[in-house]
Amino acid sequence: VIIEGRAVVIRGDDIDTDVMYPGAYLNIDDPEQMKPYLFEGFDPTLRDQLGDDAIIVTGTNFGVGSSREHVVQAMKAWGVRCVVGKSFARIFRRNCVNLGLPILECPEAAEAARPLSAIRIDTESGVVEVDGRAFHASPIDPFVLELQASGGLVPWAQSKLTA
Amino acid sequence: MGRTLAEKILLVHSDAEDPRPGDVIMVRCDVVMANDVSGPVAFRSMEKMGAAKVFDPAKVVMVADHFMPAKDARSAELQKRLKEWSDEQGVTYYGQGRGGIEHTLLCEEGWIVPGSVIAGGDSHTCTYGALGAFGTGLGSTDIAACLAFGEFWQAVPSTIAVEFRGTKGPFVTGKDLILAVIGEIGVGGGTNAVLEFTGEGAEALSIDERLAVSNMAVEAGAESGLFPADEKVERYLEGRTDRPWTAERSDPDAELARRVEIDLDTLPPLIALPHLPGNVVPVEEVRGKKIDQVYIGNCANGTMTDLRQTAEILAGRHVHHDCRAIIVPATQSIYREAMQAGLLDVFVEAGAIVSTPTCGACFGGHMGVLGPGERALTTTNRNFKGRMGSSQAEVHLANAYVAAAAAVAGEIVDPAEVVEQVPA
Repeated sequence: VIIEGRAVVIRGDDIDTDVMYPGAYLNIDDPEQMKPYLFEGFDPTLRDQLGDDAIIVTGTNFGVGSSREHVVQAMKAWGVRCVVGKSFARIFRRNCVNLGLPILECPEAAEAARPLSAIRIDTESGVVEVDGRAFHASPIDPFVLELQASGGLVPWAQSKLTA
Repeated sequence: MGRTLAEKILLVHSDAEDPRPGDVIMVRCDVVMANDVSGPVAFRSMEKMGAAKVFDPAKVVMVADHFMPAKDARSAELQKRLKEWSDEQGVTYYGQGRGGIEHTLLCEEGWIVPGSVIAGGDSHTCTYGALGAFGTGLGSTDIAACLAFGEFWQAVPSTIAVEFRGTKGPFVTGKDLILAVIGEIGVGGGTNAVLEFTGEGAEALSIDERLAVSNMAVEAGAESGLFPADEKVERYLEGRTDRPWTAERSDPDAELARRVEIDLDTLPPLIALPHLPGNVVPVEEVRGKKIDQVYIGNCANGTMTDLRQTAEILAGRHVHHDCRAIIVPATQSIYREAMQAGLLDVFVEAGAIVSTPTCGACFGGHMGVLGPGERALTTTNRNFKGRMGSSQAEVHLANAYVAAAAAVAGEIVDPAEVVEQVPA
């Protein structure tokens, strides 16, 4: 799959899910209603950069902390196409995979990206192009690649139930 | 090549032939747990999956603890849905007045036995490692699949062996041991790994202190934090559970990703400074810092052990004029035990408030959140920016002695100093 979009850059390392989606708003379970609180504890103005061509670029150990899926649900609801970062915390990465939001570890691309950089990703080959410069993302386990490419656990479960 | 404890547990719960660290396998769950925050989001995903029923109602448990008692109409609605769903599915539901904070509660209620696998819709599910179980935190859609099929995908983790050597000194608790580990390996140091705690210092810990240690394994990025089960676990489980279990250990020749040694003989009380659990320094280094609120409780440190330590400091003393103190027994049963032991009286007499068991202010939900510019010292597990309310507030993490001493002094202080002063 080819994904194209522009970079929304989240600066810094060890950015936690509490600042991405503060606890006070966890009493919301409808993804549409989660949208106004994404990035609320970090930099609410980042929301102005979102749209259906947004590719989120992160530093090291992004998404550390809580298992709250609200972060990824809200990203999906905003139309975010992909997440590219230097590295990710375990549950955040799982949540992206499970919700079918492609997530790639590519430190060089994350370093090269600037706000609004044009990004092109080939999820099969793992090549990430940032403003025309190509980088290689860390390889993804075939099961995980298939899972996120097919839309995550919901379609996976649907096919299991109808099989 | 031998197997680690984590590998052995996962192998028993999988059909995979000979998986090695990094391989993705499907893992069967013995218990699937969610709460009033993760549950309703999971139910939505489960509905989208087209799964009408849970895989096994006897293996599913729901706990209302985050916004319990309901903070507002929206929270009340989530708890209502959690209960109705649980009743419909025929699964166990611990609601208001009948349970408490999920992780302490599930141990107490005998859901967790050594060698079992627990998928929890909460990152601190790693707490169950204290009883030798592979508890791991998952997001809501992961939980939805677990509810429907009783399994989740998991990359086999590597193991970081943490050896606690020597004997810990006064006013040093399990909290300091895990803070030392996180300070050493960092908040991402345990990624793709489990921590396994060994050594004489690990064996000497009570179950309550082991719970505090395992609870914060996720703060190092680890999937779980395991203590091999021993006779202390066996005694703890007596009368709590009839689930069968066997104690496993890592083979001596099992491959480890890393070894970490923590010397308890020289370990002082520690504190994690804002805004990362890995910003760990000795309490001594930050003495004199003013504290506006002390919070003793949460899934890491709301046990009877923590409450007794708190009472040791607060008995006959008063919470400082410029400080507030909130004490949160983790479960109804701990609350009652503390009441019968006279501890609640000590707390109230000292000018602290005692809260019903709840996740409450720990995650910035309700019941004691912080305002701008305020500084808290807590026994909780996270001090991220804005974690307990205002993004202009600060949270410091430490053990119950240190927290209670700060409540008395109104500032960060060595608990020994407070104890030396004879109560008024």
